[in-house]
Amino acid sequence: MSSGTETQPGAAVDPTPPVTGQTAQTRTERLLELVQRQGAIAVLVLVVIVSSVTSPGFVSGGNITSILVGNSYQALLALGMTFVIISGGIDLSVGSVFALGGVLAAWGAGHGGPLAAILLPLVVCGAFGLVQGLLVARTGMAPFIVTLAGMLGARGLLQAISHEGQSTYQVPAGSWFAALGRGTWPPVLTAVVLFALGALLLQRTRFGHNVFALGGNENAATLMGVPVRRTKTLVYVLSGLLAGGAGMLNASRLTSGVTEIGVGYELTAIAVTVIGGTLLAGGAGSVLGTAAGVLLLAVIQNLIGHYISQYGSSASAAVNGAFLAVVVLLQTYLSRARRIN
Amino acid sequence: MTADLAAGAARRVNRAQLVGWLRDYGVYGGIVVLLIVDTALNPNFLSASDLRVQTYQLVPTLLVSLGMAVVIATEGVDLSVGAVIALAASLIPLYLGYSAWIAVLVCLVGGAIAGLVNGLLVAAAGVQPIVATLAMMIGLRGVAVIFNGNQAKPIFDETLTGLGLNSTFGVPVMAWIALVVIAVAVFVVRRSAFGQRMLAVGDNRVASQLAGLPVRRVLLTVYIISGLLAALAGVLLVGHGAEADPANQGLNIELSAITAVVVGGTPLTGGRIRVIGTVAGALFMQLLSATLIQHNVPNSYAQMVEAVIICAAVYVARERGSR
Amino acid sequence: MSEGEGSGPPEGAVVLDVSEVSKSFPGVHALRGVSLRLGAGRVHALVGENGAGKSTLIKVMTGVYRPDGGTVRLADSEVGFADPIEAQRAGISTIYQEINLVPLMSVARNLFLGREPRRFGVVDVRTMNRDAVTVLRDYGLDVDASVVARPLRTLGLGAQQMVAIARAIQIDARVVVMDEPTSSLERREVITLFEVIRRLRARGIAVLYVSHRLDELYTICDDVTVMRDGSVVHTGKLAELDRLKLVSLMLGRDMAQVKRNGVTAFAADHGEIAEKPVLRAEDLQVRHRVHGVSLDIRPGEVVGLGGLLGSGRSETAKAIAGGMKRDGGTVEVAGSRLRRATAGEAVRAGVVLLPEDRKAEGIIPSLSVRQNIALAALPRLSRIGLVSRRKQDEIVAYFMDRLRIKAAGPEQKVSELSGGNQQKVLLARWLCLHPKVLLLDEPTRGIDVGAKAEVQKLIDELAGDGLGVLLISSELEELIEGSDRVVVLREGTVVSELDGDQLDEAHLMHALASESVAAEAENSEAGDDR
Repeated sequence: MSSGTETQPGAAVDPTPPVTGQTAQTRTERLLELVQRQGAIAVLVLVVIVSSVTSPGFVSGGNITSILVGNSYQALLALGMTFVIISGGIDLSVGSVFALGGVLAAWGAGHGGPLAAILLPLVVCGAFGLVQGLLVARTGMAPFIVTLAGMLGARGLLQAISHEGQSTYQVPAGSWFAALGRGTWPPVLTAVVLFALGALLLQRTRFGHNVFALGGNENAATLMGVPVRRTKTLVYVLSGLLAGGAGMLNASRLTSGVTEIGVGYELTAIAVTVIGGTLLAGGAGSVLGTAAGVLLLAVIQNLIGHYISQYGSSASAAVNGAFLAVVVLLQTYLSRARRIN
Repeated sequence: MTADLAAGAARRVNRAQLVGWLRDYGVYGGIVVLLIVDTALNPNFLSASDLRVQTYQLVPTLLVSLGMAVVIATEGVDLSVGAVIALAASLIPLYLGYSAWIAVLVCLVGGAIAGLVNGLLVAAAGVQPIVATLAMMIGLRGVAVIFNGNQAKPIFDETLTGLGLNSTFGVPVMAWIALVVIAVAVFVVRRSAFGQRMLAVGDNRVASQLAGLPVRRVLLTVYIISGLLAALAGVLLVGHGAEADPANQGLNIELSAITAVVVGGTPLTGGRIRVIGTVAGALFMQLLSATLIQHNVPNSYAQMVEAVIICAAVYVARERGSR
Repeated sequence: MSEGEGSGPPEGAVVLDVSEVSKSFPGVHALRGVSLRLGAGRVHALVGENGAGKSTLIKVMTGVYRPDGGTVRLADSEVGFADPIEAQRAGISTIYQEINLVPLMSVARNLFLGREPRRFGVVDVRTMNRDAVTVLRDYGLDVDASVVARPLRTLGLGAQQMVAIARAIQIDARVVVMDEPTSSLERREVITLFEVIRRLRARGIAVLYVSHRLDELYTICDDVTVMRDGSVVHTGKLAELDRLKLVSLMLGRDMAQVKRNGVTAFAADHGEIAEKPVLRAEDLQVRHRVHGVSLDIRPGEVVGLGGLLGSGRSETAKAIAGGMKRDGGTVEVAGSRLRRATAGEAVRAGVVLLPEDRKAEGIIPSLSVRQNIALAALPRLSRIGLVSRRKQDEIVAYFMDRLRIKAAGPEQKVSELSGGNQQKVLLARWLCLHPKVLLLDEPTRGIDVGAKAEVQKLIDELAGDGLGVLLISSELEELIEGSDRVVVLREGTVVSELDGDQLDEAHLMHALASESVAAEAENSEAGDDR
């Protein structure tokens, strides 16, 4: 009976078939997963091709640059959101923080010069993200409630700075701060560079790997030695910095700090992130996907605006919501199939 | 050393008790304090005209909060309530031509359908409540604006504006509606089979499932209730403002509703509901903003105070959950 | 693999020395002066039934809990870990039953998380993937660079388990704790795992192997420690302990003192049993857990379901009651087949389950005793959706009285009651539905002696009233004295059925300890090879 307990050199010949890296998925699931991850890019390509064939005006240089420029700054919110959502959280405050960043930048440009205009929003919005991150990471409060309160708080803060929205701060004429976001290429290049850096941070650094681990399985991440609290906090700091920075660049472009801006931007940012293939439950996603999501919605919005000019933005909100619902259903279906496996 | 331990334990119990007390009754204390402060500083604070204005502002939020409380009791959340209000606001002008009551009916049906979709996403498809209702929040307002157009439309129908402005027996119609809804809510929670099942599902879903409860049906129902109440709030907002403005009506009301529920002592973790507490929570937040406005505190600071109160209320409620 | 043929590994130096460790939780002495020594290059089995203290001991060793007393020495120096990561860094790695990795991350990232090879400050993915292939091939995994770049969950469970082990060992492990590593593995994967364990042994690593599967223990382990009720009852070489002896140690029964009646409150003579079964389950299948179990229960009969922990007892009951998805098989109640495998359907047909995990699956903690009792009967107690308070109070009062539920009153929160009274509340919840079949999963576990006797008496009464009862229990006397016949499960299949004269402890223990057909076949095959 005890024969099995002895080590037999004969066993080293390994009579068993090797355990292979077999997949535990069906073909349909793999297909759906591909759709979920790469769907945005595919649909984007499709939409661009169809619309360039059907409406010649679409491919005109002017139209394309207007799509790119018009969405560069909002895209930065989605970049931050990508990190937050992959880590398993959500940041509903980015729209307000975006507006806050703009007002601070304009105020800074007027009162302290270009450098203040750049640093002030970054510092304040980064600190704002830090507070939210600490609340989420240290107290165990739900991210959605903390950042929902943050949305209100940031909006209140910017109203207070602008005397209830009555003073609109202008960037002084001639300040080089105004050149930062002007023209076609500066905003587009900024977005491209930041997205590239974001992709590098997410895919090629320990911090990025920790973000994935945290969102994928927080318990396992803890046991694997991931600094859970620090990673969680940093993710919200990053989101705050990007939202504030985007607001700052936008203020430079508009040469003033607009107070009513940014309402509902958080929803767009979440929608494009998820449509771009990031799992809302956390643990998977990509910066490239988010970029595709941003462009896809921008193109659709452009087309809708082209055909039914009157309700352009609301129609695209409806499309957003419908898209989101479909993608989320797909994600849920996939994660269920996974659990059963 | 044993004595030390015992003392430590006693202190912990006291702290837990204190936090529990604060969670359950803090809101009533808050209301009393605000009333005392306000009447002391301004004897006219409780004047009839003032109360009327407060009521108009309170009731829509209150209705939405009650729907939210029911959803939160099942460990969910409904972020789409503001969008449902927008939907109601967009439907009214479309159907007002037939009759005011038909328009109201259509609104309620629309709200119920929105709730049904939320419920199906959560109960049948298994999507997390935040995510499901977030998709609705984004999409529905867009749909509403498409129905209505970007401009607010004035409403002249007297039945509707009457709902928002008239009084019966000296009390605004709105307040009567709210009282009826509160009474029904108390009754349902205390007396109906549904009320008990809802709490059971929110408290321990696995056990409820094993006990043979119709878990999916319960979840569907709570989201439909939330949608219905939000639509009703939308009707009242349109009637009171005498205009339908889907682009702006109901913005951020989900936050006020969640705040009212949490401040009123219903934990976000489900399994408990405090109807009267929720009413008190909504009242407290309304009084707070009225007080701040009356003392010329700018809206901006009021918002920041509200943000802090939300965090504090959730933090206090969480303390219990972690025990 | 350098040991001499047939001689077995030499006794290694003690790597981990747990000495006189005790640990208590409010109301429970989980560990009482437990000592355990793990030797280098030895595979040490840790066995015991539920509540024996195995998992607490593991948690003390791996830094999840701090012991109240006693010492843990790792390679001659005393250690006290603040958390599992510290234990891991010191060289104690744990492989959990559920694979604790991140399923959505790539295989290579899972393997190297926190230790990624870097170049110019960024992770060098190519090197990482290449290293992952090398490491995993060493563990018998047939992988290439494209496989290690895929998400972990696309691998089979066995391969995932290997990745977890590879990760654990890479952190310079000196001790590897494996907590039921094979519970969701296929047979083929188990064999590969054993290959890996043999390799660990050859490298001088101490392995603590926790499992309920006797076949596996006798295949791979050198030493054994048996725990019961928070204490060590035996430790020594596994080869010197035969199966029957091992089982009797686990269950706390000496073969010499076989008893018959008198320990439990069950009556010696059970009432009349009808001919026609009220419940018939055919060929039940639950993935990884239950493989073709068939059961009949007749009105008035108490059928015991025996088996060691992990034998598929609870899963069988749950599959019948719709609490767990059935992957195959049918359930018939009073001649009509249940169409859907949901709890609602089973409850309506009159089949109800008292779950093993009272807290997680039974009580609704913040509701009152009244609400908990009335929960399942709400449709009967209400008209047009309104619950009749009078009917509810009547029925609650009746059952609180009949089952002698001790509570401050029907409005007391159920979570404030003692375990025994919670159990009675759950029983009351079902009894007010007038069920036909009662499935009881460990109905007397964790409740005090008095309440236990009451529950046992109640089971007798209910069977006397004509209910069909399925009784799951780890206590031999409860099973034997309470049941009219006992069906014994092992690894998800029925291995024997005892009734009449055979229904005694000796037969039951033989049935529990017997070797599975598959293992017998394999052992004889191994013998042929030699």
